[in-house]
Amino acid sequence: MEKEALLKQMTILDFMSVDLHLYLNTHPDDAEALKMYNDVIESAAAARSRYEEKCGPMTSFRRPGGYKWTWEDCPWPWQEEFNFSVNGEGCL
Amino acid sequence: MWVYEKKLEYPVKIKKCDPKLAKIIITQYGGPDGELGASLRYLSQRYTMVTPQARATLNDIGTEELAHLEMIGAICSQLTRNATPRDMRDAGMEADYAEHGTGVYPQSAGGFPWTAVGIQSKGDPVTDLYEDMAAEQKARATYEYLLDLIDDPDVADPVKFLREREIVHFQRFGEALNYVRDHLDSKRIFYAK
Repeated sequence: MEKEALLKQMTILDFMSVDLHLYLNTHPDDAEALKMYNDVIESAAAARSRYEEKCGPMTSFRRPGGYKWTWEDCPWPWQEEFNFSVNGEGCL
Repeated sequence: MWVYEKKLEYPVKIKKCDPKLAKIIITQYGGPDGELGASLRYLSQRYTMVTPQARATLNDIGTEELAHLEMIGAICSQLTRNATPRDMRDAGMEADYAEHGTGVYPQSAGGFPWTAVGIQSKGDPVTDLYEDMAAEQKARATYEYLLDLIDDPDVADPVKFLREREIVHFQRFGEALNYVRDHLDSKRIFYAK
């Protein structure tokens, strides 16, 4: 899978985790939401591994640096070329 | 502590340089209802918050606001990326150019630098949560005013995402307030050693 597709998949899954996480803070007894959260986290972890295999570490000081230091490699998330296009699938 | 994640919460991919838009959108970076103030407000209020649910809500929304700050920074920097000094002047941004070049500086749309005067950490859980709900509404209204002025769909799309997050956060703070009310209304036993 291309870098852009991997990034998009991870962005979608991570956003679901963020939103469910906030929901669970005020609905800790919602078993259905907790199950959904656990499933999303599992899929997001798998997506993250696939992305990191191809593109290097995703987070600072949580992954080994391998044989060559690549953390400073461009582009960075705030740069246009880092990001994927939503192609009309964006927010309404 | 925080761990940096090398991606945006929602993508920002702007093709067209438009410094005039950066000039107004910067208000969500360093203005009175912007993301920096939001994050610092919630993260500072954590220390005196009561109930586990409300503490977690402040901590996690305060964290998400930092991701929103990064998105606004990305929008403003991409909008001025290829701007020449003349482009900046034509967009009415000569004062910004003189002070910051095309650097991203935390200020309001009116040019007022970021200040903690616009936020509160009152040490009173009910007061703080009401402030937070108002803050989310103020930010939502600001995003709607900005959307009235934005034509480029590449810019409008991430702004719409941020507007939606304000609504979700408002909802979560309201729920946290209910927990705090129940806690304050419950019969508590006070004793001294």
